[in-house]
Amino acid sequence: MSGAAANPLGGSGRLGLLLESAGAWLLGLIWAAPLLYAIWTAFHGAEFAARLQLAAPLTLENFVKAWDAAPFARYFLNSFILVTSILAAQLVLSTLAAFAFARFAFVGRDVMFALVLVQLMIMPDILIVENYRTMRALALPDTILGIGLPYMASAFGIFLLRQTFKGVPRELDEAARVEGCTLLGLLWKVYVPLAKPVYIAFGLVSVSFHWNNFLWPLIITNSVTTRPVTVGLSVFASTDQGIDWSIITAATLMTSGPLLIAFLLFQRQFVQSFMRAGIR
Amino acid sequence: MSGAAAPATTPGSAPPRAGRVPARTRGGTAHIYGWLLLLPAAVLLGAFTHFPAVATFVESFYSTAKGGRPARAVGLDNYRTMLEDPIFWKSLENNALYALGTIPASIALALLMALWVNGKIRGRGLLRLAYFTPTVLPMIAVANIWLFFYTPDYGLVDQITKLFGAGAHNWLGTRGTALVCLMFVTIWKEAGFFMIFYLAALQQIPPVLAEAAAIEGSGRWYFFRRVTFPLLMPTTLFVLVNAIINAFRMVDHVVVMTRGGPDNATMLLLFYIYEVAFKFWDTAYGATLTMVLLLILAGLALGQFLYFDRRVHYR
Amino acid sequence: MNLSLKRMLGLAMIAGGLSAGAAQAQTTLQFYFPVAVGGPITKIVDGMVADFEKAHPAIKVKSIYAGSYSDTLTKVLTAIKGGDVPQVSVILSTDMYTLIDEDAIVPIESLLKTDDDKKWLAGFYPGFMENSRTGGKTWGVPFQRSTIVMYWNKDAFKEAGLDPEKPPQTWAELVSMGQKLTKRDDKGNVTQWGIQIPSSGFPYWLFQALTTQNDVRLMNEAGTKTNYDDPKVVEALQFWVDLSRKLKIHPPGIVDWGTTPKDFFERKVAIMWTTTGNLTNVRANAKFPFGVAMMPANKRRGSPTGGGNFYVFKKSTPEQQAASLVFMKWMTSPEQAAKWGIATGYVAVSPAAFETEAMKAYVKDFPPAAVARDQLQYAWAELSTHENQRVTKALNDGLQAALTGAKTPAAAMKDAQAEAERILKPYR
Repeated sequence: MSGAAANPLGGSGRLGLLLESAGAWLLGLIWAAPLLYAIWTAFHGAEFAARLQLAAPLTLENFVKAWDAAPFARYFLNSFILVTSILAAQLVLSTLAAFAFARFAFVGRDVMFALVLVQLMIMPDILIVENYRTMRALALPDTILGIGLPYMASAFGIFLLRQTFKGVPRELDEAARVEGCTLLGLLWKVYVPLAKPVYIAFGLVSVSFHWNNFLWPLIITNSVTTRPVTVGLSVFASTDQGIDWSIITAATLMTSGPLLIAFLLFQRQFVQSFMRAGIR
Repeated sequence: MSGAAAPATTPGSAPPRAGRVPARTRGGTAHIYGWLLLLPAAVLLGAFTHFPAVATFVESFYSTAKGGRPARAVGLDNYRTMLEDPIFWKSLENNALYALGTIPASIALALLMALWVNGKIRGRGLLRLAYFTPTVLPMIAVANIWLFFYTPDYGLVDQITKLFGAGAHNWLGTRGTALVCLMFVTIWKEAGFFMIFYLAALQQIPPVLAEAAAIEGSGRWYFFRRVTFPLLMPTTLFVLVNAIINAFRMVDHVVVMTRGGPDNATMLLLFYIYEVAFKFWDTAYGATLTMVLLLILAGLALGQFLYFDRRVHYR
Repeated sequence: MNLSLKRMLGLAMIAGGLSAGAAQAQTTLQFYFPVAVGGPITKIVDGMVADFEKAHPAIKVKSIYAGSYSDTLTKVLTAIKGGDVPQVSVILSTDMYTLIDEDAIVPIESLLKTDDDKKWLAGFYPGFMENSRTGGKTWGVPFQRSTIVMYWNKDAFKEAGLDPEKPPQTWAELVSMGQKLTKRDDKGNVTQWGIQIPSSGFPYWLFQALTTQNDVRLMNEAGTKTNYDDPKVVEALQFWVDLSRKLKIHPPGIVDWGTTPKDFFERKVAIMWTTTGNLTNVRANAKFPFGVAMMPANKRRGSPTGGGNFYVFKKSTPEQQAASLVFMKWMTSPEQAAKWGIATGYVAVSPAAFETEAMKAYVKDFPPAAVARDQLQYAWAELSTHENQRVTKALNDGLQAALTGAKTPAAAMKDAQAEAERILKPYR
C-alpha cells in the first residue's frame, strides 16, 4: 500500500509535503464544492441560495416542494428498471459472447471480434439519428426497452470477459468435462465464478453510466412512465420561470442519494474489485 | 457502460492460449456452438452499431422526407451544404479545442489525485470521497449547480474573485470564456472517475519496488518517472480512450448551460447533430454530420491501434 | 352556392349524427398538453376537462401531458409518421408553419358551422390571432398565451431619487433612469445594473419587443421572408448593444434567461424584462415592493406575444373534428379563459374574459394582472416562419454575435438575413 508518491524519503522535504497536502486539499475542496453547495442550498430557504451565511435557518421545505412538483418516485422506478434490465442483459450476452470468443475456434471469429471492437469507439450515443429511426420502425419510442436496447450488447463487457476467460486454466475445463458437465454448466460453474471481480467492476461502470445517461433517453422518451431520473430532472429544472436552485438541488440530492450512499459505503470494495478485475 | 478497451495484457494473469478449444468441441460443433453463443450479442450489436453506421452513410445522400414528400437521392448536396455551413466548421473547431483542453488535463489530474489518495496524506479517506463525488452526481444535475457557480456577480466564482478585488465577470455569456468554463466542468467530471482506475492500478504495484528505490536513495520524481508511470501505462491508455470518446459524446452540460451559445461559441459536434436532427427535423443533414463524427472516431481508433501496436512491439 | 349548401348539409348531418350518437357512443378525443406532469397546471387542466365532460357527456377527453413544448411537438410529429395521433393539442403558436408543412393540421374555418362559431373565432385579441393566421386561413386557437412586460424594483427607484411609481415610458427615459439606477462601488465595479433584457436561449423574443417598439416587423404574413437587415431592425439592435457596451447600464455579454428573475430578487438589476408568466414567481420571491408595467415606447409601444395555441389534427374523423371544436369553444369561453388566466398567470385570450366578474375581481385585487392585457393592443405576432427553428436560430446567432461584440449590429443582421434567405428561398 505504500504508494510511490508519498514516499517520505524523496528529496522534497517537509515543506514540499506540506505544500502538497495543501494542494491536495484545495483540489478536494473544488471537487466537492458542487455537492457541498447542493447540500447547503437544499436545506436552506431560496433567499440563501446565493448567500452562504452560517446562521441561515435550516429547512426541509425544498424537498417537500420538489417531491410535490414532479413524480420523482416514478422517475426513480424507471431509472431502476432501466439500469437493472440493461445490466442483466449485458451480463448474460457478454458472458455468452466472451465464452465463444475465448474457447471456440469458429469460422469468422477474428472478423467478428474486430466488428465487436468497433463499438468501443462508435457508441450508440453517437448514432442517435439512425437509432431513433430504427426504434420507430420497431414501435419502441417512449418505452424503457427503447432506451436500453442499443446498450444491451456491450463490446466493453465482451472484451473484458474474454480476457478473463482466456486466463482460466484448461485443467479446470477438463476436470469439469470428466464430471459430465454440459457446456453451459461448465460456463456457469467454472468460468463465471472465476470472473466475479470483473462482473462487479463492469457492473459498477455500467450502472453509473446508465444512471447518469441523458441525451439518448431525452430523445427517445416523452412521458412520465418512461423518463429516467436524468430526463425528469431536466424537464423539471427548465421552466419559463427561471431557475430555483433550492428546489433543483433538493431534487438532485433526492435522485442521486441512493447511488451516493452506495458509493460511500462500498468505495473500498469498488476499488478492490477494479483492482482484481484487472481494469487498470 | 463506458466503452473503451482495457489493456490487453495484465501482468500476473495467465498468458492467453489462443486457438485452443476444449477437446470435445473441436471440429464442426465448435463452429455451431461458437456462433450460437455469439448470436444474441451479435444481433444487437449489428442492429444498433453497424447497421445504423451504414444507414447513416446511405442517408447522407438523400434529402429529408417532409409532409408527404418522400426522400429523394441528392448526391453530394448534403456534403456541399455542410462544407458551406459556418456552424459546422465552428462546432468542429470547438470540439477540437474541447478535446485538447479536456483530455490531457483530466488524465493528469486523475493521476495526481490517485497518487495523493494512495499516499500518506492527512485525511486520505475524506479526500478520496471528495474526488469521488463527480462520478456519482448526474451531469445534468451538476450542470445546474455549475450554472450557479458561473453566474455573474453573486455566483460562487465571482464571490471568490471579488475577495481579490476583481469585478463581476459573465463567464458563460462571453465568447472567450464560455467554452473554457464547459471544459472545466468536463475535467471536474472526468478526473474523479478516472482516478478510480488509477487508484486500482497503483494498489497493484508491489510495495517492494518503492522500498527498494528508497534504499537506493532515488528521488520521488525519478521513481515515478522510471517505475510508477511505465507500470501505469496500460491504465493510461484505457483512460485515454475513454477521455477521447467522452470529448465527442458528452454534451449534457451544453444542453443545460449554454445550448451552444453565445453565438455558437460552445457548439459541439454532437450537440449540433442533436439540434439539426431533433429540433430542425432535418435528419438527412443530421446523418451527414454524423458521418464526420464517425470518421473522426474511426481515425482516432486507427491511430490508437497503430500506436498501441508499436508500443507492444517494442516492449 | 350549390356546393356550399351541400357542404353545410353535410356538416349538419355530422352535427346531427353527433348528438344522435350521444345516446349510444361517445366521441373520444386525445388531447396533448405541453406540461410536465405533477405540477399545479396538470391539476387545473384536469379540473377543466372534468367540468367539460360533465357539460358534454357525449365527448370524452383523454388528456396526455407530454412535457415541454418541444417534447409535445416531437411526440406529435412522431405520431404523424405512423402512430397514435392526437385530435387536439396545445403547441407553440410559432410551430404553425411546421405543422402546416407536415400536412398535420386542418384550418379552423373548416370546422365552423354556425354564426355563433364564427363569432367565437372573431372574439380573440387580434394580437394573439396574428400567430394563428396565414394564407387567409386560421390554423390555431389561442389558449395558453403570454407576453413580455417590465418589472421594476420600487426600492431601487427610491434610492436613486426617482419616483417609485413612475417606470420609464420611452427609450430615452429608460436610458436616463437606467443611468441613475446603475450603482458602482469605489473601484468602479457595478453593484446594481439599471436594466436587464435576457439574451440566452431565445433572444429573438425579447429582441422583438425592441423591434416592435421601433415599428418594424421581422417577417411577412406568409412566413416566407424575414426583414432582419431592415435599418430599423439594426437600429433596435444598436440600442440593445449600446445599453451594455456604450452606456454601461445593462450587464455585458449574454444574460441568462433562467437566472434573470434571481438577479432581480438579488437586487443586481433594478428593471428586468421577462414574461408575464413570471408574475406569480416574482410575487412570491421579491423581498421588496415591485411594479409591473408596459415596456417603454420608441416609435410606438409594443411586445411580441408568446405561448401556445390549440391545433386540430387531420388524422381524425369528422365526428372527432366536430367534437374538437366543441371542446376548444368551451375551453376558451370567457368563464373558462378567466379561470385559466387567474390560476396560471397566462393572459386570458379574449376581451370578454376580462369582462367576467371573476376576472374583474382579480384585476382589482392585483392590478399588475391587467398590464399584459392593456399592452395587448400594441402586441404583434411572435417571429414564426417556415423552417421556424432554423430561421430563428439565424437571428439568435446574429443577436448574440452583436451583444458579445463579435460583429457590429449591421453586419450581424446582414449575415442573419442572408442565412434566413438561403433557408426560406424554396418556400417562395
